[in-house]
Amino acid sequence: MAKQIVKALDGAAAVAEAMRQIDPDVVAAYPITPQTAIVQTFSQFVADGLVGTEFIPVESEHAAMSACVGAAAAGGRVMTATAANGLALMWEVVYIAASMRLPIVMSVVNRALSAPLNIHCDHSDSMGARDSGWIQIFSENPQEAYDNTIQAIRIAEHPDVLLPVMSMQDGFITGHGVERVEVLEDQAVKDFIGEYTPKYSLLDIDNPKTFGAWAFYDYYFEFKRQQTEALSKVPKVVEEVGQEYGKLTGRYYGLFDPFEMDDAEIAIVVLSSAAGTARTVVRKLRKEGVKIGLLKPRLYRPFPGKEIVELLKDVKVVGVMDRSIAFGSIEGCGPLYLDICASFFTYGNGKAPKVVDYIFGLGGRDILPEQIEGMVRELIHIAETGEVKQVVGYLGLR
Amino acid sequence: MAELKGWKEIPIGGMVLEPGSSIEYITGTWRSMRPVRDEEKCTHCMICWVYCPDSAIIVEDGRVKGIDYDHCKGCGICALECPVKVEKHAITGKPGKVIQMVEEV
Repeated sequence: MAKQIVKALDGAAAVAEAMRQIDPDVVAAYPITPQTAIVQTFSQFVADGLVGTEFIPVESEHAAMSACVGAAAAGGRVMTATAANGLALMWEVVYIAASMRLPIVMSVVNRALSAPLNIHCDHSDSMGARDSGWIQIFSENPQEAYDNTIQAIRIAEHPDVLLPVMSMQDGFITGHGVERVEVLEDQAVKDFIGEYTPKYSLLDIDNPKTFGAWAFYDYYFEFKRQQTEALSKVPKVVEEVGQEYGKLTGRYYGLFDPFEMDDAEIAIVVLSSAAGTARTVVRKLRKEGVKIGLLKPRLYRPFPGKEIVELLKDVKVVGVMDRSIAFGSIEGCGPLYLDICASFFTYGNGKAPKVVDYIFGLGGRDILPEQIEGMVRELIHIAETGEVKQVVGYLGLR
Repeated sequence: MAELKGWKEIPIGGMVLEPGSSIEYITGTWRSMRPVRDEEKCTHCMICWVYCPDSAIIVEDGRVKGIDYDHCKGCGICALECPVKVEKHAITGKPGKVIQMVEEV
């Protein structure tokens, strides 16, 4: 295992530290709370000459992602960061980055979309981009934010993949929450990510190529099918990279992070920082004899539905916690619930546990252990009676 | 247009790996109006060649040889910019310029 240094870092500083060690060729970014702390810290590294990165301070997020697309097409290793309305403003080019198969890594510090104007955490920003063709990875704490940023480079640039990666952490809760973070030495990170040799580059002037050409009804469909194929290769790559990273750091990563799931009859499924709170509740209820477990998905796009069904197939009730609403979906549920339900319909062989959804934490609303305990009491009731009174509930709503 | 290939046979991301391939894309089929040139009265001033946005004016040895109808989209810029007036166009029979637009058939 490699030598590591323990630092007190918040999630934003942890990502900036990872970016310093990655030393990408180009970073084009625009400040937006709560992501600002990442590019602000990183731009200081640039000013201090600690990295060789060409830093492009652009006039908007649309320009940021456009500059990233151009730099990545030119053959550079490219990173950026954003949040909420910034990601929304990037929209057009977010799809273009994935469709042009450019392995850009973008850190997203999750924040609620306006309106009303809000700077605090929920997942409405990145969930809106879930169909854009990007790989999406969610982090629970600053350590995972650091680790996932480094691994994202390897995943994006893998020859079977060549897709951009969005690496998420919760705004303020993780982004501005100082925790103990184990940091690799610079050389170990450089060795892990390796040199980036683009498969195709616009700057390969001996072999001129066209990027971003059009394709009508004659070829567009074929390029979309290729994107689906590339995404299908992602879970294996994520697991391989997670294992290799584990050997280096002692912190192994997979598609998701199960806790107390072996004999669980009730399961909570939740992304990101709230999984930490849920784990505390599971630990407490286990001591009281409740057969409960927790599943924290890490890779959200592509959604590892088959593997999740395998893990959840023997439980009686699944309580999904969604930090955003997929507006207009059945019963006003969240996106994670939709994915879990669709996974059981597709891979469950006609069998599925009861699955209910709980919307929580919108606009940065705190989620408390007592609220999760209250949710579990409802899940226990469903397990005992088989009766679901409401498909979608709300935690912490007045 | 070359034979259409399947999704496993083409480069990723819509990339075009060979330079100069746009000549294979026949955009002339988009045309609803066709420019026609009175060869006799043309002064070979090259104004149409300068203005054509699709490089569809064929020039050889400093003289206009014709119009590349495989790639001319019929925008009419050549006809608008042509500075040479005629009393009776050899093809349309109408007064106007050396290059005139006619309905595509």
